[in-house]
Amino acid sequence: MKTMRNLKSLFAALLLAPTLALASGAALHLDKAPDVSGDKAALQNGAKLFVNYCLNCHGASALRYNKLMDLGLTEQQIKDNLMFNAEKIGQQMTVSINPAEAKKWFGVTPPDLSLVARARASADGSGADWLYTYLRSFYKDPARPTGWNNVIFPNVGMPHILFELQGEQALNAEHHLELATPGKLSTAEYDKQVADLVGFLVWMGEPQAGLRKQIGIAVLVFLSILFVLAYALKKEYWKDIH
Amino acid sequence: MAANTNFEKYKSDGSLAGNVLEWVDARFPATAMWKGHLSEYYAPKNFNFWYFFGSLALLVLVIQIVTGIFLVMHYKPDASLNAAGIPVAFASVEYIMRDVPWGWLVRYMHSTGASAFFIVVYLHMFRGLLYGSYRQPRELIWVFGVLIFLMLMAEAFFGYLLPWGQMSFWGAQVIVNLFGAIPLIGEPLSIWVRGDFVIGDATLNRFFSFHVIAIPLVLIGLVAAHILALHEVGSNNPDGVEIKKHKDEKGIPLDGIPFHPYYTVKDIVGVVVFLMVFSLVLFFAPEGGGYFLEYNNFFPADPLKTPPHIAPVWYFTPYYSVLRAMVWNFFGLDAKFWGVVGMGASVVVFAFLPWLDRSPVKSIRYRGPIFKSFLTIFVICFFILGYLGTQPPSFWGEKISQVCTVLYFAFFLLMPWYSKIDKYKPEPERVTWK
Repeated sequence: MKTMRNLKSLFAALLLAPTLALASGAALHLDKAPDVSGDKAALQNGAKLFVNYCLNCHGASALRYNKLMDLGLTEQQIKDNLMFNAEKIGQQMTVSINPAEAKKWFGVTPPDLSLVARARASADGSGADWLYTYLRSFYKDPARPTGWNNVIFPNVGMPHILFELQGEQALNAEHHLELATPGKLSTAEYDKQVADLVGFLVWMGEPQAGLRKQIGIAVLVFLSILFVLAYALKKEYWKDIH
Repeated sequence: MAANTNFEKYKSDGSLAGNVLEWVDARFPATAMWKGHLSEYYAPKNFNFWYFFGSLALLVLVIQIVTGIFLVMHYKPDASLNAAGIPVAFASVEYIMRDVPWGWLVRYMHSTGASAFFIVVYLHMFRGLLYGSYRQPRELIWVFGVLIFLMLMAEAFFGYLLPWGQMSFWGAQVIVNLFGAIPLIGEPLSIWVRGDFVIGDATLNRFFSFHVIAIPLVLIGLVAAHILALHEVGSNNPDGVEIKKHKDEKGIPLDGIPFHPYYTVKDIVGVVVFLMVFSLVLFFAPEGGGYFLEYNNFFPADPLKTPPHIAPVWYFTPYYSVLRAMVWNFFGLDAKFWGVVGMGASVVVFAFLPWLDRSPVKSIRYRGPIFKSFLTIFVICFFILGYLGTQPPSFWGEKISQVCTVLYFAFFLLMPWYSKIDKYKPEPERVTWK
């Protein structure tokens, strides 16, 4: 039986080993994105920013406009404020830009963002962390066709769409970002806007995530009760076995 | 099935239900099967923790089949792009996740179930190694089991292409290209497998067909054979002694108890505990930290954009490491070919265990230090290979995986020698209990 115990602790140690090694091998330094998942006002603001700044080029084809009602918006509010190129509330959030044209302008077709927050997760951080860092890491680079570059996505095809809010950053001699020309917002205000936008992108990646966790708790409570009953039943039957 | 003849047919007690059962029993071995496989199938009373995983594997098989049936109702194996520029197959998975009522639950059950299947099956196989369950007279049970494992790998491989994400696409690309390493027929063979020069719509449709029809049919047949063979010879137990050696006057093993109700009520406890762990992943971490659903697979498949690092799903990584460990050209054949041979051998070698093991005892409880050391080293190597398979190639990774590959095979190939010279404790006559 001692062998058994040794084997079990060995398993436990081996299961932990990869996580330690992964943690030490981080390649990108990402800033932690603030969690706004419970903040409906922040998510609504994120939706507004998304529709105003992103949806011109990037679709969110897995998402339908009426799904935004989960963020506490009414059908009328969505129709009046967020639907610029769609007639029906059940339509998907697609773009009017022609993909071939877009490819000519940016070198790549702007990707659909429905799942971007899930796809950008890695051992370096969550997808939210990546997006939060990315949207705050643009800098002026005259060598690029768009005039913009990005620290964590070198030679990115997208120009800095939010520059009028953030202002213009430049890389200094130590390869750190510096605010060269201030924008409409202070750095703290800009970070808050990006956090809201990223929160919306995360929500969009899996709109049912909140429901999933709620149901999960109910399922676990049910299974805990079932466990007590199942265990009592087993004990009752097995008391005859000697 | 010998079970038919061993039991009396049911005689009605005059009630309606009794009459129906008598009628059925005269035409179909209903009572005989119930008794032969459940109520009068005598299993050793000393099963421990490790004996839960057989019934759990059956449970996961049912979960996968039932959820799979519902997924097929909405999934579309179509690589063409929809109006938004997203591959139809990829978009149909998101349609299931968002627009199909409870679709997300069914899909997560299926994706979590895939990983759960391998965890449960690996633990089930490890039980076999611990207690010598593959030894005479259970060789065929074991061989059927290895075939089930092979089919399970095929099922997982075909299924992984279907979401049509980046890892689906490039993982399939890497594995199908391996066929190209076979001399002479390699190139045409890989084109024949894909149905195209690259992974495309033809590949997606045939993988779908294999995933939902061909492999599940074979899998269910093999599982039936596995269980029938088990019930023919009876279960092994943690002491590795045969309970059929000591029977009472009615021919019932003294250390045996009817599977039903004793092990049905016990397995229900195992099922509930399993479902709790399963639910923790499904509802709170369905991506399994990027191991159960790889993050990169949330990007739609793009044939023009090769991901910097292509890693198979975690359950294939030990074998993938064996594949990458082979870096030498032998006999004028490419290293890649030997990698494929090594990878295949590392799975198939399990089937030979019944004939490689020469020890006089079955269970690890009565085995000596040499076997215990080899088994421990084997398990450590399996984990190291698995870990290295998730990582990008590196100098030390390659060297370590080569050492581990040698030790992995040493466990099997040296077994005829070390299992003979090892020291043993005497086996008890009867099972030890409490």
